[in-house]
Amino acid sequence: MVGFVYPNELEVNWGLLIVLYPYITGLVAGAFIVSALYHVFNRQALKPVGGLALLTALSFLLVAPLPLLLHLGQRFRAFNIMWTPNPTSAMAGFGYIYGFYLLLVALEVWFVFRADIVRYAESSRGVVRVFYNILSLGAKDTSDETLALDHRITRWLAVIGIPAAVLLHGYVGFIFGAIKANPWWSTALQPVIFLMSAVVSGIALLIVVYTVTSWLRRRPVDFSCLMSLNRYLWFFLVVGVGLEILEVIHKMYESREEWEALNRLLTDVMPVSFFGIQLGLGAAVPLVLLLVGRWSRLSNLWRASLTFVSGLLVLVGVYAMRFNVIIGGQLVSKTLAGFASYHASFFGNEGILQTVVLLMVPLAILGVLLRVLPPWVEIPALGERIPEAEEEEVAI
Amino acid sequence: MKAIDRRTFISSGIKVLATGLLSSLVTVVLPPATGTAGGTASREWPKLWQQREWGFVVDARKCIGCGTCVWACKRENGVPMDREVYRTWVERYVIGPNDQLYIESPQGGASFDRIGGSVPEKSFFVPKLCNQCADPPCVQVCPVGATYRTGDGVVLVDRVRCVGCRYCIQACPYGARFLHPDLMVADKCTWCYHRISKGMLPACVQVCPVGARIFGNLKDKGNPVTPIMARNQVQVLKPDMGTEPRVFYLGLDKVVR
Repeated sequence: MVGFVYPNELEVNWGLLIVLYPYITGLVAGAFIVSALYHVFNRQALKPVGGLALLTALSFLLVAPLPLLLHLGQRFRAFNIMWTPNPTSAMAGFGYIYGFYLLLVALEVWFVFRADIVRYAESSRGVVRVFYNILSLGAKDTSDETLALDHRITRWLAVIGIPAAVLLHGYVGFIFGAIKANPWWSTALQPVIFLMSAVVSGIALLIVVYTVTSWLRRRPVDFSCLMSLNRYLWFFLVVGVGLEILEVIHKMYESREEWEALNRLLTDVMPVSFFGIQLGLGAAVPLVLLLVGRWSRLSNLWRASLTFVSGLLVLVGVYAMRFNVIIGGQLVSKTLAGFASYHASFFGNEGILQTVVLLMVPLAILGVLLRVLPPWVEIPALGERIPEAEEEEVAI
Repeated sequence: MKAIDRRTFISSGIKVLATGLLSSLVTVVLPPATGTAGGTASREWPKLWQQREWGFVVDARKCIGCGTCVWACKRENGVPMDREVYRTWVERYVIGPNDQLYIESPQGGASFDRIGGSVPEKSFFVPKLCNQCADPPCVQVCPVGATYRTGDGVVLVDRVRCVGCRYCIQACPYGARFLHPDLMVADKCTWCYHRISKGMLPACVQVCPVGARIFGNLKDKGNPVTPIMARNQVQVLKPDMGTEPRVFYLGLDKVVR
């Protein structure tokens, strides 16, 4: 503690679990938007990660409510938020928005993989066959017409999914941005900043997941796909970080009464976390590396490695951004005359170990999903125009 | 057995579903028709509220920083004595030479140390408590409607409904809320609602030896608050927040937030 904080502010009320919540929903929204770039906007370069993006989004989405639940003082009352929602509360929409989005993503996955499921059911036997039969929900018609219908539905679900993803994560930004009592959170830009960093983190996650899974399967990475992800990441990173910096510059230029405290927060209290990790290691460095990664005179291995490392750095940088907003905002005392202090424990609730475990769980779910519904597609032939539902897909 | 064609199956399915949804909506939206034992009591509250509007004045010039109110509040309201959570607290402002400002509230101001060294240029105490805002952000943000403002002007927390998400704690500009360490629900000053509803004073007002805290029912003719409000310039904390605080201060310095 530095200076004077209200006695009730000595405890930081929202800790690592609440840092994790926007981080995970951001990864979901971002991954979904990548899959939508393929399914809706037909960006053929992203085809190798179209299905992978969808499964990644689902894996993280399943875990998203867990940090919130673990954080509640009264966990058994969690569903009050749906039984007795308060219409004026920004937080009350969570259950409904989340539920809607989960339904949407689950449906999208089912329609994208239905033909595969039917095929796996036919080619397997015993328990596995029963399992795939259940997954197919009895819809075993794989005639060209039905597949074309599947394809149309997939596309429309993705069309609905984009505003839903924007809502899901822009809404998270609003939860923080609409708190007038907190000078570091309160800004109309917050939902947009959260959304941009969500897209950024989702693309970065896909770069990492795609590269690692390709390596594990001992298959070559589709280079044009990776470069496409590289370009998208670079673009959204510029917009996202630009907005984050704009917000700080705006606050500095206006110099309202809270600026002195915010200035000290950034330069004194958490300069390493803000300038070093969020803006430096997590933004400036990957912006350069991504550009170098596009330099055609380098070998493909070098370019892929630079893109991969940038993805990792961006994932760290976006986590730092979530941390700096949520923890940082609570360090600035509402007295504007001091700072609370925060030390995360290693074990226990809100501990570092718990965060690591909660970030591993979606990866484990993804591992299982990748075995059940392998999304891998062969590299499409030049000038290919077949709708993807009719294509031969290789299961491992 | 007669087979049902698809059209009939779907249309009857939709009917069943719609009926179910509608009937569940009706039970949620409509108030219970007959009053239970608790129902009769709850119907009396609006009548009581019509006769009451609580008012609270803090005269910062009178406070001597004895901390009695802090202790009394914790004892009266079952707030753990050894934890850093407070329904009311007292801040000490010391302005030294060169306008150096020292603010502190050790243990919520339950016991201040003597100021060592030279006599300060200027010093004073400011008692703080929930402002029972007329436009309370904590009530706005509560996701489950567990916190609400009563008709006689006090913001309360329903301990049975609160989920402990702490959004209200974030939303309060005054740091008046905290998570009760034993109950794991949000907690705050209620102006001792259990006491004032029975005609008693809030504990902190009752024990203050210098009369720095003044409390009364604005709808009572002889209440002590109305004449003070009528004859003095009063201030509220952070008026720019738009929360319309209902604790009125006398003798508030510009450095107090």
